[in-house]
Amino acid sequence: MKILVPVKRVLDANIAVRVKSDGTGVDLANQKMSMNPFDEIAVEEAIKLKEAGIASEIVAVSIGPAQAQDTLRSALAMGADSAVLVKTDAVVEPLAVAKILKAVVAQQSPDLVIMGKQAIDDDSNQTAQMLSALLGWPQATFASKVVIADGKATVTREVDGGLETLELDLPAVVSTDLRLNTPRYASLPNVMKAKKKPLEEIDAASLGVSLDATLKVVSTVKPADRKPGSMVGSVAELVEKLKTEARVI
Amino acid sequence: MTILVLAEHDNATLAVATAKAVAAARAMGGDIHVLVAGAGCGAVGEAAAKLDGVGKVLVADNDAYEHHLAETVSELIVHLAGGYSHIVAAATTTGKNTMPRVAALLDVMQVSDITAVVGPKTFERPVYAGAAIQTVEASAETVVVTVRASAFDAVGDGGSAPVEAVDFVAGAPKVRFVSRDAAVSAGPELANARIVVSGGRALGSEDKFNEMIKPLAEKLGAAIGASRAAVDAGYAPNDWQVGQTGKVVAPDLYIAVGISGAIQHLAGMKNSKVIVAIDKDPDAPIFAVADYGLVGDLFALVPELTEAL
Repeated sequence: MKILVPVKRVLDANIAVRVKSDGTGVDLANQKMSMNPFDEIAVEEAIKLKEAGIASEIVAVSIGPAQAQDTLRSALAMGADSAVLVKTDAVVEPLAVAKILKAVVAQQSPDLVIMGKQAIDDDSNQTAQMLSALLGWPQATFASKVVIADGKATVTREVDGGLETLELDLPAVVSTDLRLNTPRYASLPNVMKAKKKPLEEIDAASLGVSLDATLKVVSTVKPADRKPGSMVGSVAELVEKLKTEARVI
Repeated sequence: MTILVLAEHDNATLAVATAKAVAAARAMGGDIHVLVAGAGCGAVGEAAAKLDGVGKVLVADNDAYEHHLAETVSELIVHLAGGYSHIVAAATTTGKNTMPRVAALLDVMQVSDITAVVGPKTFERPVYAGAAIQTVEASAETVVVTVRASAFDAVGDGGSAPVEAVDFVAGAPKVRFVSRDAAVSAGPELANARIVVSGGRALGSEDKFNEMIKPLAEKLGAAIGASRAAVDAGYAPNDWQVGQTGKVVAPDLYIAVGISGAIQHLAGMKNSKVIVAIDKDPDAPIFAVADYGLVGDLFALVPELTEAL
């Protein structure tokens, strides 16, 4: 079984976000960029399926600028077999990403696509669902457990109010939630080996997908700060303030 | 201009999130229709018909929609989409699961998780875990939107819209519902509670979490939440998680106990009206957003607080 894992290069989760004062966006210049954490979970799950003898091949794919090669090398160092970079310097919206991934699926013919449920930059939470709809493949989003057997995927999903389990015919699209697994760190020998693994580059324009933005971002601003609060010295003072000042109890 | 709002429900009860999504739709302007897709969901249709501002309720009552599979419900919505300027759903796990499919099948972008309506096609939405707020303008003929329910006040229920049956049945999907394990929770629903008491990793164990947090929540009639660290450590079930990737809440009172306040947690609660933080570390980032901070040993302070209320 072949697994395709889309990965996105995003601002590292531990870096404080700086909103540009002119309202044009978030300052990414010279900042540490990393693989979207949900995509790391997707890579890890694919590797686990390979280690269990269920998957035979893992292809990582990223859509972005030349530097997204680093993100793909991270996936290769974790254990993906090969990588595809769909190169573009444009900001690509989730719908266009899904269309590009559909084209990559047509080239790669995977049996399963595993990807993060959302990217921690735009927090859209759309691409897996869109890809599933465009491919006509079944979807299981927000996965906390994936079992593959007999041409089917049994996926437990984190939903409001508990957990839901679905059975999907393969091929299928799965999006990962936080508790699916804990991604491994790539060892130094594997980082070195990853440099020799195949990484193919495709020009995004060659796939016939329009990359033009359809949503216009009018402005990006820092949210209003909360008014500074105060420290209280005791439980009695807290209860008093909640009753008489805040009036919430 | 007519807006279709997808109802959030469990086939028996209409969720409050729907009344909040309708509030967002009202701010966009135009007639509002509510779609109830489910099985044996007639009572939900009647409840939706009472929501203020709703002009018509469409009920698709069929086994194909019983478990709200994204595949069948999105097919139904796309079938109905022709006459609508906007298709709106609350950004619940069901809405998030379904609506991007609708957008893709209509070949339009979705505007995810809006927190304000600026104009009929212009919205505010948080990005980077709420560290930035984007204003985005859609231009497509059909605007697909999910709504952060906690950012809108629910509409009232003084209406009486007509209810119409929809006969369309979606094709058999390549996915089957197997089971659902509902988390047992005695208190109010986390997403809509007036008061939320959340516990973090500093509680140290599931037993201590229950021993400290539950009595306080019961005393206040509050819902219980948790930080990701507490959920990952197994102190609390996953659907109690408050944060960027868990639930986003905005109660009147949010009490954070033993939570340091990572940005991913703050993203889920910083719009609460009043925030109380109790933690032993005076430098914890949670105190930067707290209206009232109390520094000390939570194992002494929380029982004292429960007692004092």
